[in-house]
Amino acid sequence: MSNVTVQGGQEVVGVSRIEGPIMVVEGGTNVSYDEVVEIKDARGNLRRGRVLEVGEGFAVVQVFAGSTGLSIDGTSVRFLGTTLHIPVAEEMLGRIFDGLGTPIDGGPEPLTDRYADVNGQPINPTARIYPRDYIQTGISTIDGVNTLLRGQKLPLFSGAGMPHDQLAAQIVRQATLGKEAGAPQTEGEEFAIVFAAMGVKNDVADYFRRSFTESGALTRVAMFLNLADDPPVERVVTPRAALTLAEYLAYERDMHVLVVLTDMTNYGEALRQISNVRGEVPSRKGYPGYLYSDLASLYERTGRIRTSKGSITQIPILTMPNDDITHPMPDLTGYITEGQIVLGRELNFAGVYPPVAVLPSLSRLMKDGIGKGRTRDDHPRWGAQLYAGYAKTQDVRALASVIGEEELSEVDQKYLKFGRAFEREFVNQSFTENRTIERTLEIGWKLLSMLPKSELTRVNLDEIEKYYKGDDATN
Amino acid sequence: MSNEVGKITWISGPVVRARGSKNVGMLELVEVGEDRLVGEVIGLKGDQMTVQVYEETAGMQTGAPIYGTGLPLSVELGPGLIQSIYDGVQRPLPLIEEAMGSFINRGARFDSINREKKWKYTPKVKVGDEVKGGVILGVAMETDTFEHRVMLNPDDSGTITWVAAAGEYTVTDPIAKLKMGKEEKTITMLQRWPVRRARPFVNRRGANIPLITGQRILDTFFPVAKGGAAGIPGPFGSGKTVTQHSIAKWADAEVIVYIGCGERGNEMTEVLQEFPHLIDPRSGRPLMERTVLIANTSNMPVAAREASIYTGITIAEYYRDMGYHVALMADSTSRWAEALREVSGRLEEMPAEEGYPAYLAGRLAEFYERAGYVNNLNGSQGSVSIVGAVSPPGGDFSEPVTQHTKRFIRCFWALDKSLASARHFPAINWLDSYSEYLEDVGGWWREQTGKDWLGMRNRAMELLSEESRLSQIVKLVGPDALPFTERMVLETTRLIREGILQQNATEAVDAYSSIEKQIRMLELVLYFHERGMAIVKRGAPINLIHDLPVVDRIIRAKSTVTNEELHKFEEIQKEIDDQMGQLDAEYRS
Ligand SMILES: Nc1ncnc2c1ncn2[C@@H]1O[C@H](COP(=O)(O)OP(=O)(O)OP(=O)(O)O)[C@@H](O)[C@H]1O
Ligand SMILES: [Mg+2]
Repeated sequence: MSNVTVQGGQEVVGVSRIEGPIMVVEGGTNVSYDEVVEIKDARGNLRRGRVLEVGEGFAVVQVFAGSTGLSIDGTSVRFLGTTLHIPVAEEMLGRIFDGLGTPIDGGPEPLTDRYADVNGQPINPTARIYPRDYIQTGISTIDGVNTLLRGQKLPLFSGAGMPHDQLAAQIVRQATLGKEAGAPQTEGEEFAIVFAAMGVKNDVADYFRRSFTESGALTRVAMFLNLADDPPVERVVTPRAALTLAEYLAYERDMHVLVVLTDMTNYGEALRQISNVRGEVPSRKGYPGYLYSDLASLYERTGRIRTSKGSITQIPILTMPNDDITHPMPDLTGYITEGQIVLGRELNFAGVYPPVAVLPSLSRLMKDGIGKGRTRDDHPRWGAQLYAGYAKTQDVRALASVIGEEELSEVDQKYLKFGRAFEREFVNQSFTENRTIERTLEIGWKLLSMLPKSELTRVNLDEIEKYYKGDDATN
Repeated sequence: MSNEVGKITWISGPVVRARGSKNVGMLELVEVGEDRLVGEVIGLKGDQMTVQVYEETAGMQTGAPIYGTGLPLSVELGPGLIQSIYDGVQRPLPLIEEAMGSFINRGARFDSINREKKWKYTPKVKVGDEVKGGVILGVAMETDTFEHRVMLNPDDSGTITWVAAAGEYTVTDPIAKLKMGKEEKTITMLQRWPVRRARPFVNRRGANIPLITGQRILDTFFPVAKGGAAGIPGPFGSGKTVTQHSIAKWADAEVIVYIGCGERGNEMTEVLQEFPHLIDPRSGRPLMERTVLIANTSNMPVAAREASIYTGITIAEYYRDMGYHVALMADSTSRWAEALREVSGRLEEMPAEEGYPAYLAGRLAEFYERAGYVNNLNGSQGSVSIVGAVSPPGGDFSEPVTQHTKRFIRCFWALDKSLASARHFPAINWLDSYSEYLEDVGGWWREQTGKDWLGMRNRAMELLSEESRLSQIVKLVGPDALPFTERMVLETTRLIREGILQQNATEAVDAYSSIEKQIRMLELVLYFHERGMAIVKRGAPINLIHDLPVVDRIIRAKSTVTNEELHKFEEIQKEIDDQMGQLDAEYRS
C-alpha cells in the first residue's frame, strides 16, 4: 500500500492504550520524534501513523487512518526510522493521490528515487526573491484592487453556499503572467497546479476535476484528495504532501506553481480534534495554542527563491464558520497570508458574481506589482480612489437608510449611484469573462467619473485630466 | 569545550527532558543530541532537566546525549553587527544560506560576528589608565561613517597594561591588556553578553526628546520619547508592519534593531532588499548602514522566536552604551508571547488567561523595562526606544497580551480595522490612541520650531473629538440639521484627516514629513479653521467654504510640497487669505 515502507525497522507487538486517533506504544527503543510508523491490525492490514511524543520506553503515535478496528493486543507497530516522505516527480502532474500521497487513480507509483520530507524546511529570508510579477486573473476585483503576485499567498475567505470554488476555478483557468496595460497579449506561461482537498465533499473535488479537464489543464494538475469520508487525521498531512510536490516543481524544476488548498477550516478541525484527544491546553475555541505556528508552516511554503526560476503561489480557501472573520481559522490565516479575498453574503444574495466584498479584501503585495512599467502609472492611486469612494458609499447608504435618499446632498446621491454601478459593473462579471488590465482600469475610471472631481483627492490632477470623463462643472 | 551532562528521556516538539541535572545550571546553553542542536535549560527538578531547543527536533531520539557549555545563552557583540541579518539566536542567515542553500537546515553553527574582517581601530586609552566597566577603549569604523565605540565589558575593571597601536584588527586580535587584581586579561573587540540580563547603566534620565519618525500622526499627535516604549496593536492587515517599517526607515535614531518575530519571510526579504537602496535623510548613507535585522519567521522553530526578542534588545542596549540613540522594532510581540505559551503548554504548566502562562505579564514588563534614556557607565548618554507590535486575536484589545502590554508602555497607537478597510492609512485611531509623553516633549518642539506645538496639537484633537460627537448626530439626522459653525468643524477635520493624518508610506514625497513640514501643515489647517469660522459666523453658507479651491490644495500638500519646499506653505496660506478674504468682504456688510 505504502511506497515509503522501509524494510526492517523495529517492530513492537501490542499497544498499551488507544484513544481516538492516538495510541500509546510501549517497549520501543530509540524511537525518534516525528518518526513514521506502520501499523498492522489483527488481520494484517496496514495503516500509517507518526510519533507525536517520545518518552523513555513509550511513544505517542497518531494514526492517520484513525484507530477504528485496532485492538490493544492485536496491533503491531513498526517504527520506520524516518520522518514522513513522499515521492516527488514531474510526472506526478496529471495524477490523483490520496491525502498521504499514494496514487488512487489506478496508475502506477511515480517512478522516481526522489523522496522529500513532507514537513519541508523554512526558506531562508536571504534566499527569497521578493514577489513583484503580477498574475493577471482577468477578474477586476483581483487584478484591479487586490492584485495577486507570483509567490504570494492570498486566501479566499468564504462561507457555506458561496461560489468560492467557482472563483478559484476561474482564477486557475485564467491566470497568466501579467502584462503592462496596452502591451500585446501573448500566450502566457502556463502554471502547474497542485490541488489539495481536505474534508470537502466528493462533488467539490469533482467540480475542480471537471473544470481542469474543460480548460485542458488536467495534465498540469496534481490532485491530493482527502475527502469528507476519508480519515480526518490524514488531513493534517494532505496540504503538506501537496506543498512538498509544489516545492519540488517550483524550486527544482523551475515551474510556476499555483497551489489551491481547500477547505482549510476542515484542516483546522482535524488539528483541534487531535489536540483535544491529547488533552492539550486550548487557546481560543478549543484550538491548540500552536495553531498559528502550524498554519504558518503551511502558508509560508510560498514564494520565490534566488536559485530557481519557479514560484509557488498559494490560494487557500476557507469557509468561515458563521461567516465570522474573527473565528480563529480566518483570523490566524489573515495574520499569516499576504492579504485575503473576502466573499460577501449580501453581494451573493444580490446575484453579484464574484461576490467579492471589496472593503475587507486586501492584497498586501499589490503595491509592489503594479504601477508604472508593471500595470499602469495611475493604478495605485486609481485603486485607492475606488476604495475610498466605495467606503464612502457605505456611510452614505447608512445615512440614506435613516433620512431617506431624497434628503441626501447632491454629492451623496452621486455616491449612491457610484456604489451601485461599482457593484454591478466592476465587481460583477461573468464566470467566463476574462478582463484585460486596461479594461479593468477603464471601467474604474468610468465609475470614478460619476463623482465630482473635487471628491477625487487620491488620484492626481494629471490623471484626472487624462482619464476623467464626467461632466463635472465644479472646479 | 562541552561535556555530556545528561541523556534525553522525553521529546515533544521544541521541548525535551533529560536525566542529569548535576552539571548544568538554569538558563545554561546546551547542545542537544548528536546533531548538537542549540538549546537552553529552562527547568531543573530532581535529577531531571528541561530544555527548550532552538531548532527542529524531528528525528531526535531518547537516549541521545546533552552537552553542557557552562555559559548562558549569549550574543556576540562587536563591530560587524550593523548590516547583519540574524536568526533568533544570532546565527547569520547569509552564512547559513551559503553553507546550506535556500532552506534552513538543522545544526548550522557559525560565528555571529565575522572573525576575519579587519576594522580600522583607534585606541582611546593609554597604558596606566584606570578603567571601569563600560569605558570606551577605542573606536573602530563599522561603516564608512559609523563609529563603533569599543567598550570594556561592564563586569571588568582594572589598569591598562598594554594598548595596541592604531591600525587594522580583527575582532579577536588583542587591542589592550588589563590588569584585574593579580590577573592580566587580554581584551579584544569581541565580547559576549547573556541575552536575558539587561546591560547595566548608571541611571535613567528624563525622556523628553521625541523620537522623530516622520509619521505625522505619531510625531504631531502621539509622540514617543527617545527611550520610551510604544505599543502598536491591531488586527491583521491594519498596518502594524508598514508602520514599523516606516519608523525603521525614517526615525531619527542612529541605530535600528528590527526584529521580525514570528512573522512573514517576504517581509524580512523586503527590508533586506529595500534598505540598502534607501538613503537616510540625515546621514546621506544607505539605511542598511544603521540597521541590524533579526529574522525569526513564523515557520522557524518557535523556541528561537522566544529568544529573538532578547537577542535584539541586548544588541540595542550595546549600542546605547556607546552613547547612541537606538530604536528597536519588534513585530510581533504577540508571536513571542505565543511562543512562551507553546513551550509552557508542552511543560504542562498551569495556564492563566487564554492558555498563556502566569508569567506572561512579568516577561512583558522585563522586556519593556529595557527601554530607557540613560546615563551610561562611561559617562555618555544613550537611549533604547521600543516599538512593539501586538496582534490581538480577532482584533480584540481585551485579550491578555494587549492588556498587559498597556501596563508597561506609555504610548499606544491603536490600529483600527474600519479605518484600514476604508484605506485610511496609517489606520491609527486618533480617539483610541494616546501618548503620555506629550508634556515631556513639548519643550523640545518649542526649542526646535519656536512654535506652540502642544497648543496646536491639542486644538486639533479637540476638533477631532468634536467631529466624532457631531458625526453621531449626522448619522441620525443628516448633516443639513447642523448649524454652519458645526459644519465648519467637519470641513476642518476632513482636512486634518485627509491632509495630515493620512500618510501614504509608499509615496516618495508623503512617506516622510520633517517636523517643520508637520508643524506648518498643522498651522495651516488651524488657520483655515479660524478664518472659515469667522466667515461662517457672519452668515456665509458652508458650501462656499467647502467649494474653495484651496481646500483641495491643502489636502494635496502632503504629497505636493516636499520637505525642502516649505515656502509653498506661504503660498497656500496666501490662497486662503485671498479666497477667504473675498468671502469675508462679501459677508461683512
Ligand atoms: N501608511 C500606509 N500607507 C499605505 N498603505 C498602508 C499603510 N499602512 C498600511 N498600509 C496597507 O495595509 C496593508 C497591511 O499592512 P500591514 O502589512 O502593515 O498590516 P499588519 O498590521 O502588519 O498585518 P499582520 O498582523 O497580518 O502582519 C499593507 O500591505 C498596505 O497595503
Ligand atoms: Mg504585519
